[in-house]
Amino acid sequence: MSQPKPLLQVQGITKRFSGLTAVSQVSFDVPEGKIMGLIGPNGAGKTTCFQMIAGAMKPTQGSVVFDGRSLDGLNPEEICELGIARTFQVVRPLQEMTVLDNAMVGALLRAPSLDEARDLAASTLDQIGLGAKKDILAMHLTLPDRKMLELAKALATQPRLLLLDEVMAGLRPTEADEVIAVLRKLNGEGLTIVLVEHVMRILMSIADHVAVLHHGELITQGTPEAVTRDPRVIESYLGKGAKHGH
Amino acid sequence: MNNATTRMWGGLAIAFFAIMAFLPVVTSDSIIAVLTLIMMFAFFGQAWNLMMGYVGQLSLGHGLYIGLGAYACAVSVGTFGLSPWLGILIGAVISAVVGAFVAWLGFRFAVKGIYFTLLTIAVAELGRLSFENWSFVGGNAGYFLRVAQDTHPLLSLRGGTTFYYFCFLVLSILGFWGTALLIRSRLGYFWRAIREDEDAARAIGVRALRLKILAVMISAAMTSVGGSFYALLSGSLFPDTMMGMRFSIEIIIAPIIGGMGTLFGPIIGAFFVIPINEISNHAAQSMGIFGLNTLIYGVLILMVIVFLPDGIWPPVAKRIERWMKGGASS
Amino acid sequence: MYSLYANVIAGGVLIGIVYALIALGLTIMFGVMRVVNFAHGELVVLGMYIGYLLWLSLDITPVMAVPLSAIIMFCVGYVLQIGLINRFIRRPHHAQFILFIGLALIITGIHMLVFGPDARSIADPSSFETYEVFGLRLDAVRLYGAAVALVMIALLLLFLRYSSTGSAIRAAADNQTGAQAIGLRVNRLYAVTAGIGVACAGVAGTLISPIFDTQPYLAGELTLLAFIIVIIGGMGSLMGALVGGILIGVSESVAALLINPAMKAMFSYGLMILVLLLRPQGLFGVKQR
Repeated sequence: MSQPKPLLQVQGITKRFSGLTAVSQVSFDVPEGKIMGLIGPNGAGKTTCFQMIAGAMKPTQGSVVFDGRSLDGLNPEEICELGIARTFQVVRPLQEMTVLDNAMVGALLRAPSLDEARDLAASTLDQIGLGAKKDILAMHLTLPDRKMLELAKALATQPRLLLLDEVMAGLRPTEADEVIAVLRKLNGEGLTIVLVEHVMRILMSIADHVAVLHHGELITQGTPEAVTRDPRVIESYLGKGAKHGH
Repeated sequence: MNNATTRMWGGLAIAFFAIMAFLPVVTSDSIIAVLTLIMMFAFFGQAWNLMMGYVGQLSLGHGLYIGLGAYACAVSVGTFGLSPWLGILIGAVISAVVGAFVAWLGFRFAVKGIYFTLLTIAVAELGRLSFENWSFVGGNAGYFLRVAQDTHPLLSLRGGTTFYYFCFLVLSILGFWGTALLIRSRLGYFWRAIREDEDAARAIGVRALRLKILAVMISAAMTSVGGSFYALLSGSLFPDTMMGMRFSIEIIIAPIIGGMGTLFGPIIGAFFVIPINEISNHAAQSMGIFGLNTLIYGVLILMVIVFLPDGIWPPVAKRIERWMKGGASS
Repeated sequence: MYSLYANVIAGGVLIGIVYALIALGLTIMFGVMRVVNFAHGELVVLGMYIGYLLWLSLDITPVMAVPLSAIIMFCVGYVLQIGLINRFIRRPHHAQFILFIGLALIITGIHMLVFGPDARSIADPSSFETYEVFGLRLDAVRLYGAAVALVMIALLLLFLRYSSTGSAIRAAADNQTGAQAIGLRVNRLYAVTAGIGVACAGVAGTLISPIFDTQPYLAGELTLLAFIIVIIGGMGSLMGALVGGILIGVSESVAALLINPAMKAMFSYGLMILVLLLRPQGLFGVKQR
């Protein structure tokens, strides 16, 4: 019996800026319903990969296939409509709009009316615990709440695939655990997740599969246990004593 | 903004416009003429405000749409004998198309910030120079509308001072309510998101390019309608007055001083700007002192942009809100 | 007819050099501070009025008035920068634009109040002299104007290349945050830069005061002229300002001879639009994000 096609197929993507190769021939598959981790030191090219998948940047070479459909030439809003949502590493809330309005902008992608969008936005906010703060202006939120808002905006678009760029950075361990719990619940409901993280503990606890990037190249991929024991990974990444943010 | 606040402002707006509608009964023709100008600049300000306040694109070429609307309507009536309503429609469509094209060019080629503003200026100047050399519309010598025949003002859209006052008053009311509805609609959410952070908005599915072009089209069409009425009011059209940079800059002074991105801002701003103009013209004619209005506009703009970058209205509005909330029971 | 064309082109080159000086002032303010001075034309006109006033009161030709004009305008620029423009460097582009529109209105308003709206011309006998140079018949005022402008441009280039302040300015132009990080007193540098930029505008104005009639509403055209040159030549590029200025000066003169002057303006605007769309960095500029 053949396996179903992976939801996301990243095929040999490369990104060259004049003189600098940020990402080189990176390929990996993400099966539907799984959680995949993308790990690597600063500057390894993780965010650049996300930008190429989400359409914010065009690959110099290679392509991205989502649910059997090539994403070549599509722009970010079209890719979002197809079902891929992403968060930004440095969060970008819509500052002078309320938390609810922020989520509504995302919800309006799917909801035909303002009322339905409002309901969808409100329930998304409740799901991740921001419900009580829905009338606060985004610019008045604390950092952990802004991270949650970033997540809410993306979730409100009802994606099939969620790209999370260091959503845990700057959160205390208890806060991070709450986020992990939410992500697990969403994954249980069928959401496929790819997350970029520095902190191995998080990846170990949540990821089904991990890919390791270094200097723009994919040096290995596998289960979290296998990857952490890989000597190349230890040498290039863990060996630097990298323990970010904790 | 919750429902009680919205109702309060709605009530204030209705009261304001009701007073404005009643004024001609108790004032003289010369005051009505000034009020007409105020309403006209309020309307132009609302149209420009849509693009600047809600989509964040500074256009200094809106005179082009005033001119297109003016000439389209005047030529339709004067040369082709069509109904002025049709002329207004033609002008609005032409302006919307031109606006869409310029916006598309700008956004597609990623012309941002000051470069986009320069683009709007260049296009408007090209338009003005084209009209100056186009004999069909009279070129530099001007285009003139014949005196109106004896038809009903609502058909011919020609009338006296009071008639045009009500035309522009109605336009301002429509502009006010139209803008209010737009802001509260889906479009409004998307536009605000684009204004806050376009890339973040696109990442959650907002079709930024289309929506920005739509804003420009609406802004251009609105401006054009105002231009059409202005042509009917003044009866004589010259490319450098209708489409010149001077007009383009004049129509942005009121919304900037009043408050960009607000509903009342352009109207409040117009109430500041036009009387200053009148005083200055008077000083020029009777005392030989020129340039007062220019100087005062400059000072006002400077003071606003340095101390009150959101305009005069928002701080005043906040005071009014607090005062009203203090009096209302919740 | 050869000599007619040659004279016209030569005249165009000469006036183009003065245009280049105008554009230089604009481009240096952008290159160093990322500030877009939409009131530049008004400052040129201020220089014109200075030239006119000095001629009227002290009976000195505009060329002689240049040093005084340069000093006055430098101070104007310096003070404007420190007092006002500096707060707007990090503000969004449209806020800067509006600031300069306000400034432009104030300057024009003052011109109108003090001098009235009518045109003033410098009817000095020297304005009508011509010289024969290499078989070309050139206006004295244009010749002197171009010569002084060239001297000023050369001084500017030498200053930027060899003086310590000049080098600091070039460093700040290359990298704003970097310059601040290594402790250059950026505010003072910006003030000097603004002083230079405004001085260029003012001196150019003084130089053209015998050529064009001085009136407040000339400012708008001059601002747009400066922007066309700078867009085509490249924002922030000194070479671009020079080449662009001469290009526009020549095309303006030739077009006035051959075709309808309005067409010339349309050609300039059309060219600017094309450059904005297709090659926004202009001929010599550097592509920016």
